[in-house]
Amino acid sequence: MAEAGPLLAVDDLVSGYGEAVVVDGLSLALAPGQSMAVLGRNGVGKTTLLNSIIGVTRRMRGRIHLGGVDITALAPERRAHAGIGWVPQERNIFRSLTVEENLVAIARPGPWTLERAYTLFPRIRERRANLGGQLSGGEQQMLAIARALILNPSLMLLDEPTEGLAPIIVEELMATLARLVRDEGLSMLIVEQHAQRILGLTHHAIILERGRIVWRGASAALAADQATLDTHLGVTQRAP
Amino acid sequence: MQTTPFAIPSKAAGAGRTFALEALFWAAAVAAIFLAPRRLLLLNEIAILGLFALSLDLVLGYAGIVSLGHAAFFGLGAYSAGLLLLHVTTNPLWALFAAALSGGVLGFATSFLVLRGTDLTRLMVTLGVSLLLGEAANKLHDLTGGADGLQGITAAPVFGLFRFDLAGHTAYVLSLAMLFACVLVARRITASPFGMTLRTIRDNPLRAAAIGVPVTRRLVAVYTIAALFAGLAGGLLAVTTQFVSLDVFDFARSADVMLVLILGGTGYLYGGLLGAVAFKVLQDVISTLTPQYWRFWIGLLLVALMIAGRDRLGAVFKRVPRAGGPS
Repeated sequence: MAEAGPLLAVDDLVSGYGEAVVVDGLSLALAPGQSMAVLGRNGVGKTTLLNSIIGVTRRMRGRIHLGGVDITALAPERRAHAGIGWVPQERNIFRSLTVEENLVAIARPGPWTLERAYTLFPRIRERRANLGGQLSGGEQQMLAIARALILNPSLMLLDEPTEGLAPIIVEELMATLARLVRDEGLSMLIVEQHAQRILGLTHHAIILERGRIVWRGASAALAADQATLDTHLGVTQRAP
Repeated sequence: MQTTPFAIPSKAAGAGRTFALEALFWAAAVAAIFLAPRRLLLLNEIAILGLFALSLDLVLGYAGIVSLGHAAFFGLGAYSAGLLLLHVTTNPLWALFAAALSGGVLGFATSFLVLRGTDLTRLMVTLGVSLLLGEAANKLHDLTGGADGLQGITAAPVFGLFRFDLAGHTAYVLSLAMLFACVLVARRITASPFGMTLRTIRDNPLRAAAIGVPVTRRLVAVYTIAALFAGLAGGLLAVTTQFVSLDVFDFARSADVMLVLILGGTGYLYGGLLGAVAFKVLQDVISTLTPQYWRFWIGLLLVALMIAGRDRLGAVFKRVPRAGGPS
């Protein structure tokens, strides 16, 4: 990433579904190689923000730039080709395809190859001939991340990557994500319910409330700021 | 734009068994020439219906587009072949080429109509297109002969050597060869990353787009290819029977091919072929017993099949369980 400007720039975005406004005048910028935690209670617009960036919501106002290119009007697949890798909340593994087919079907040339994806997730390699529907939740999540990587994106969007996973899998996954951020310099936007899980691996954090950003700053600062966590995210966010 | 193809060794064992079954199928199809010399006309019909159903399988089984008007392409192909034979050349291969081409062109043009909308919209749009064409063929009496059909078609011998005989020898071999070629092409397509993305679209088009699958382009492409196959099937009917009538556009033809495909199972290419065998043989047997009521039994079978669920005629032909997974 050579450009001086931000990798992702969201300006005054208002979007939602049908008549319903969910994201309401939100702006954010993310520099190349940086990662951001998107936090907030249920229903504040975290997933809708990601969905708006990939282009599957109804946009009422605002613009989205990726690497200086206006992607506001692009169809979802054009945005994916422009460099957005999406890891959806429901993982969205294609059940009638094998693990390998899930990856090969959409692979695009770049540093991330099938081989590297398998190296990152050896469990996926073992299951390469299984159908997507036969994977455990953790394996599905790994496959979803591998599938986003193999598109060779400049920005990854992860929607609650740890939801519903066993603690040991969560740990493994977090370690992998941390490696992608730290060693690969991959830019990420991560939506998460459990703030403490991802504040350690992200550079920045934002907290949403009713479709707007109510707090923004460094992840490290937020992790140390128990009062803010309590106010906006509730008592469940205390460090274990 | 895709990266290099990858070897998938763990599928090899299953692929071997599938391949053996495929070989068995084609061996039987060829053996039928010698084992059932009196039924070659029926076999020819089966091969043509099988090709038509293969075409629908690409659209329905792989891309998830429902169609009640697939006869539009079949019919256009039949008339294109018939008219070419009648007015331009008697070479049957040119006629088949024209049939496939016209089907493909119509498929490309109408693909944009089926891209959007729900299953119901697609059913109605495809049905509407076939009704339009059928009525147009009826109206253009001077060109198509209207309700009398295209009379006086003659096809020259294939390669100048193989005359179309009354027993249907040449007809069946020609249709079988075309069917085989199309199955090879379809196999190649469905096993490629292109084919995999089709299945992602069938699973969930919106999600497929969001992870980078160009949904529109893929659907246009597969619809065009399928229409080309259907046009070729129609052309084969015109060439081998040397007659074309309005019933090539018939709604019943669209409905039958859907029935055939459901009978054999969608999404593994051989469903349409096995369904065509079952359908035509049943039709042949039942209509000998009760000439008027054979559709009753087909209807009963269809209902039973749908209620009973996934256990299809061609279950043995389906993808064998993959290594390490439950069946």
